[in-house]
Amino acid sequence: MAHPMPSLQPHHPPLLPPLAWFGVALFAAFCLLAVPVLHLAVADGSPWHLSSYFVTLGGKILCYAIVAVALDLIWGYAGILSLGHGLFFALGGYAFGMYLMRAIGRDGVYHADLPDFMVFLNWKELPWYWAGSDHFWFSFLLVLLLPGLLAFVFGYFAFRSRIKGVYFSIITQALTYAGMLLFFRNETGFGGNNGFTDFKRLLGFNITSPEMRVFLFALTATTLIGTLLLCRLLITRKFGRVLTAIRDAESRVMFIGYQPLWYKLTAWTLSALLAALAGALYVPQVGIINPSEMSPANSIEIAIWVAVGGRASLIGPILGAVAVNLAKSWFTVSFPEYWLFFLGLLFVTVTLWLPGGLVSLWQRHQGEQP
Amino acid sequence: MPQPLLRQAAGWLLCLLLMMPMHSALADWQAEQASTLLGTDSEARLAVLRQWVANGEPFAEAVLKALSEDALLIGAQRPLRKEGGHLVDLLSGQAVADTAMHTESVTINNRLRREVQASLALLRLFASNRAERLAAASALQSRATPAMVPVLERAVQQEKDPEISALLHLGLALAQLGSSDAQQRLQAVIALGESATPVTKATLSRLLLPGAEMDKTVLRQVESSLQQVNRRLLFGEAIASLFSGLSLGSILLLTALGLAITYGVMGILNMAHGELLMIGAYTTYAVQTLFRTHWPQWLDGYLFVAIPAAFAMAALVGMLLERTVIRWLYGRPLETLLATWGLSLILIQAVRLLFGAQNVEVANPSWMSGGVTLLPGVVLPWNRIIISLLALAVLALTWSLLNRTRLGLFVRAVTQNRPMAACVGVPTSRIDTLAFGLGSGIAGLGGVAISQIANVGPDMGQGYIVDSFLVVVLGGVGQLAGAVWAALGLGITAKLLEGWVGAVIAKILLLVFIIVFIQRRPQGLFVLKGRQTES
Repeated sequence: MAHPMPSLQPHHPPLLPPLAWFGVALFAAFCLLAVPVLHLAVADGSPWHLSSYFVTLGGKILCYAIVAVALDLIWGYAGILSLGHGLFFALGGYAFGMYLMRAIGRDGVYHADLPDFMVFLNWKELPWYWAGSDHFWFSFLLVLLLPGLLAFVFGYFAFRSRIKGVYFSIITQALTYAGMLLFFRNETGFGGNNGFTDFKRLLGFNITSPEMRVFLFALTATTLIGTLLLCRLLITRKFGRVLTAIRDAESRVMFIGYQPLWYKLTAWTLSALLAALAGALYVPQVGIINPSEMSPANSIEIAIWVAVGGRASLIGPILGAVAVNLAKSWFTVSFPEYWLFFLGLLFVTVTLWLPGGLVSLWQRHQGEQP
Repeated sequence: MPQPLLRQAAGWLLCLLLMMPMHSALADWQAEQASTLLGTDSEARLAVLRQWVANGEPFAEAVLKALSEDALLIGAQRPLRKEGGHLVDLLSGQAVADTAMHTESVTINNRLRREVQASLALLRLFASNRAERLAAASALQSRATPAMVPVLERAVQQEKDPEISALLHLGLALAQLGSSDAQQRLQAVIALGESATPVTKATLSRLLLPGAEMDKTVLRQVESSLQQVNRRLLFGEAIASLFSGLSLGSILLLTALGLAITYGVMGILNMAHGELLMIGAYTTYAVQTLFRTHWPQWLDGYLFVAIPAAFAMAALVGMLLERTVIRWLYGRPLETLLATWGLSLILIQAVRLLFGAQNVEVANPSWMSGGVTLLPGVVLPWNRIIISLLALAVLALTWSLLNRTRLGLFVRAVTQNRPMAACVGVPTSRIDTLAFGLGSGIAGLGGVAISQIANVGPDMGQGYIVDSFLVVVLGGVGQLAGAVWAALGLGITAKLLEGWVGAVIAKILLLVFIIVFIQRRPQGLFVLKGRQTES
């Protein structure tokens, strides 16, 4: 009795199931059509008008969602919890902020060629590492190269020594802490604890105009969709399978001949790049970047967005980031003193009672139906 | 009671010493000096003042004081001043009976006023109050002039206190440097070589400038004295930075020791550890406030109540956390990390609501202020010394608890092999709670120490959590010795680097060093021997 040979050809699931494609299209339509129309075309007094507060808030939260997806890629699928993603986010923001600072030109408080904080510190010329920051494309490259390089070098040594689990989490936390201390110094040349702010224009356009606001919002939404599709592509292919296998049993993966280092390193560096990109999109919309973005507390908050939404499901982190940040916006306005209680309880309840996050509720619901 | 008696006797002796010149000097007020003072010849007036001070006339202080306040009158060729409608004779201290006496007031110009001020400062060298003499002698270093030499010589002879005497010798030498007699200058330079203060270093360096000192022998001596001073200063600096490194190390140790138990031994990643420190510090604050309002006479002793209270409070909170949350997450370290971070946020906000968002003030007990002067310029503050001793005591206590008690035996048994420990009857879950309580209580003790030297506020714990984890991770998980060496090593390295590149860069360098170190040796400095598979 000959059993039929199972197919050894890799089986690729579809990039997204039809329902998910529908969701993505809906989201795109909302962000790229509805929001611009509601913000720009609908008159100010109309109940349908979307105020600039909500557009900015939405853009900010979408940036957070990108970071959350980036963190999920390595935490959810490779089992590496980074408590330093705030560093990559902030580095991306700073790299782009340098361009925005130079784009102010002579319109600063001191009407000088140098950024205001340098005039304030009585510096006579730009430090060498600011060279090229007046070119948009160079700054854009810097946004990707700098955090990417840092992540690559750090990850190479960490994964080569097979550091993982909480050890990795703690040293990434130390890394972002060191970065924060460094950027808090005035002498470092990035504006000390005030950071960068008071941006005026981006590529020659007024940065505070409604059109620019909507454009940045739409750009962020597009980037988020791109991030989602890219990560989905990675994890449904062989790369993602090996990554998940490393997460579940690293030694066995090694024993059958894979080198986990490069899989982990690729996922880690890509994740850092995505975080940096989110940071670069975040700065022009929020209008400020300062070292507190690098504080360990911020990075660990990213982890809770992912946990709330659900790890190892790409849609989960987006849900988590949106839900937690909407709750934060509401709490900090209505009950500022109870926000930390809520956030703290969220950390505890999610880890104790909802380890699969919000998406697991949906999956459970699906599982009950035949 | 021999001591009070002795002190009284000494007091009497001092009084006698001070009074002796008074009798003989009464006659030294010379009538013609009164007219000189009233005159306009500044040089002559200055000479009179200087002579009083140099001779140590008992009336000098009263007269100079009156002069500096523009209240000196001369009547019947005696110095007087007006007090409450009466004229007071400054020589006898008695009120003058003749109210209608003709008086003239003495006016002084700015030059004289400066001289009067300087003389008054000099006279403080002879004050009966030790603190006042000490302050005056310390001030000498920056303003000794050759004109002060006779006064300083007299002060040196009279001074009995070794600390003040050393300062006076130094001041005298500084004053003698301006002397025209090369021999005297040589003596001064030799004397300066015996000291070790930045002021003498600067003074001696100035003498080496071209044209400052002509005499060859003196110049040679200046060079060798300067070398001596430099050597001593360097030695003092080394001692000081070593001590502050040890002191920082013992603080790190106190903050990390609790973690060495909860994380190092039990394997629980408690991100709320910093908040347990904060609870210890706030307990100290609460005990201090209680003492201040109810038993102000015992305020200095509040620390002795605060130490057990902080231990108990932090241990209680820790056990509560273990029972309610952490226990359900054993074996899931990343989840533990997130949940305990959430707990830390709740604790921070709870304290903020209870005590307010501002920092609270915890004062050192009076016996902890001041310090031991090791060398001139090198002072070891008492609070730092006591914290180092506390760290040592806590370390000894923890070590013996873990290695010499039944509880410690059980803790080690449970961490080494939980099922086997349970089989032989160890109540593992109760041991978990107790061990976590112990680690938390020790964190509370760390909080007491921190409250004595740093700010106490709701989010103070966050600043220590990264450091504490690094100490434990650097030292190697599973035992205490690693944490001790890591804490002391980090403390001393931090202080040495601080002197070299500044505090912030030093901290960053250390963090980078640890990150690199852990990549090289993921198990930390000390590894427990035995078979270990990855967990």
